[in-house]
Amino acid sequence: MDLSAISPTLLLASLMVAATPILLAALGELVVEKSGVLNLGVEGMMITGAICGFAIAVETGSPVVGFIAAAVGGALLSLIFGILTQFLLSNQVATGLALTLFGLGLSSLLGQSYVGIRPPAVGKLDLGPLADIPFIGPVLFNHDLMVYLSLALCVGTWAVLKYTRAGLILRAVGENHDAAHALGYKVVKVRLLAIMFGGACAGLGGAYLSLIRVPQWTEGMTAGAGWIALAIVVFASWRPLRVLLGAYLFGGVTVLQLNLQAAGMAIPVEYLSMSPYLITIVVLVIMSAPRKGGKARASLAAPACLGRAFHASH
Amino acid sequence: MIALEKRPQPSQLWTAVTPLLAVLATMVAGGIMFAFLGKDPLIAIRTIFWDPLFNEQFANYSRPQLLVKAAPLILIATGLAMGFRAGVWNIGAEGQYIIGAICGAAVGLAFYPTESVLIFPLMVVAGALGGFLWAMIPGVLKVKFHTNEILVSLLLVYVAEFILASMALGALRNPEGSGFPGSRNLKEYPPAYNAELLPGTGLHWGVVAALVAVIFAYVLFSKHMMGFHIRLAGQAPKAARFGGVQPARLILFCLGTAGALAGLAGLFEVSGPAGQISIDFNVGYGFTAIIVAFLGRLNPIGILLAGLLMALTYIGGELASFMLGVPAAAIQAFQGMLLFFLLAVDVLTNYRIRFGKREVA
Repeated sequence: MDLSAISPTLLLASLMVAATPILLAALGELVVEKSGVLNLGVEGMMITGAICGFAIAVETGSPVVGFIAAAVGGALLSLIFGILTQFLLSNQVATGLALTLFGLGLSSLLGQSYVGIRPPAVGKLDLGPLADIPFIGPVLFNHDLMVYLSLALCVGTWAVLKYTRAGLILRAVGENHDAAHALGYKVVKVRLLAIMFGGACAGLGGAYLSLIRVPQWTEGMTAGAGWIALAIVVFASWRPLRVLLGAYLFGGVTVLQLNLQAAGMAIPVEYLSMSPYLITIVVLVIMSAPRKGGKARASLAAPACLGRAFHASH
Repeated sequence: MIALEKRPQPSQLWTAVTPLLAVLATMVAGGIMFAFLGKDPLIAIRTIFWDPLFNEQFANYSRPQLLVKAAPLILIATGLAMGFRAGVWNIGAEGQYIIGAICGAAVGLAFYPTESVLIFPLMVVAGALGGFLWAMIPGVLKVKFHTNEILVSLLLVYVAEFILASMALGALRNPEGSGFPGSRNLKEYPPAYNAELLPGTGLHWGVVAALVAVIFAYVLFSKHMMGFHIRLAGQAPKAARFGGVQPARLILFCLGTAGALAGLAGLFEVSGPAGQISIDFNVGYGFTAIIVAFLGRLNPIGILLAGLLMALTYIGGELASFMLGVPAAAIQAFQGMLLFFLLAVDVLTNYRIRFGKREVA
């Protein structure tokens, strides 16, 4: 094995790229869960976003239009989930699963004629002299716009949830929907908006995979990224800045195992490839384990109404 | 203004009618989808739901396939339904199915080429045990560390798929296969082969096991204390705690049973219809079984019927893609749609719809 072939600069730079789709999807899901809704359809919305973004970018030749289409596609798909859970009061776990199953089928249906095509290239953002700083330049300042947008979205989500009235209402709806309803807030409306935001973010994350990270369309290409995003929300104890930490950590694991594969490590490829999933499970266990004499980190931070249906009887 | 009023009890009538309603709605929506794909919707629907059973040309081939495809779906869904009823969400049946197949096939291949009637029963035990142990991972983590079983069981599907690839390329690869991936074909090793019991019917041991599982589950739910505890834990968790239900035991029972049944499904598939461990051995039965469980209203008899119907969409889908060029993915979307409609119309079971002016609260 040749470890010297692994360049730390490239490793860190590709870490940011690998983490971005998961970061986007996880931020969206965080907002959804903060409003008290558990949407397990992230995987389905991501892959739908991936093909919507890819197809539109190929047809129009513009990746920007592609990303917009991905966000719209993800949001529209999530709207099905929203209508079912908010108006028809269906079980959120089952509906989320349905969204994933349907999204996987729909995406491979839409993507039939796009297999093996290269999408229009997305240029890197020109940050001038910043990119020329040794080590820091190539790691931090030599990326495409979406990487920075996802970082901005992370800070924005944190600020909105913490400092604005809208954020307060969203959290109130998630913590106690009956109280929020009694105060005159439109629980269903708030939740629908949150769900659509989550869908749009997941769609963007998917499109980042198909347009920039891979960049190609293959069936089932998200390969569990949506589920890892869900796990990261738990890992982050529902805090946006910790979502960033979680996503970059997993980006790091993914990139590291890919580099070890390339360096020809003595472990079979399959076992290296399963490591991100195994590490996700280990982290979930650590975060959910009850501490001595108290409750688990994760269950303390979870929104109190998470996954519970809201039905105003009057 | 339309308002929903919660029923004191779920409606018996609507419980029975909603699955049919959902199937009809899916046919309409699916027809629209086929029309968008440029196919005649009526012919497409007929090809999927009618031709596999009654078309003279295809029925001889398709009818046996119905049992072959329905058996794993029914086996897995019966196990899943127990968990779903208790609020234990095992969605990683696909992984348990794969591991069951690997364990069972490995035991069979280990005895190659000896002859003994005990080999197949041993494989069955190994398959069930493999699925059981794989499902115990989320189970034990949930009981010991309160880890979310939904995420763990699902993430383990990806792990199982990589193990499958590694087995097909490495440990279980056919030594006489001139380097091609995939194990020996069990069809050529009769002591380990799950042959048709009645030629031309598709009836193999997996079908028998599925029927037995349905009967056991029916008895469990209607006569046994455990079945009562499962229902109680799902419908009234607080009452269950006061009623002496031990949540940890319940979680392990539900996950373990579902895992063992999924493992069995995998074993019967690999030793019968599939014949060998290969990279693309799993075709998503573990996920489709989730739809089957809900379509069957988490009721064993319902699951039996739902499994047959879902098997029909698989066979009809293949026929439609062969005859009409309907893409295989369309069938997957079609099945997903069915679950959506099912969950949507379910509102009628639990709520009454009231028309009229909404009063000021």
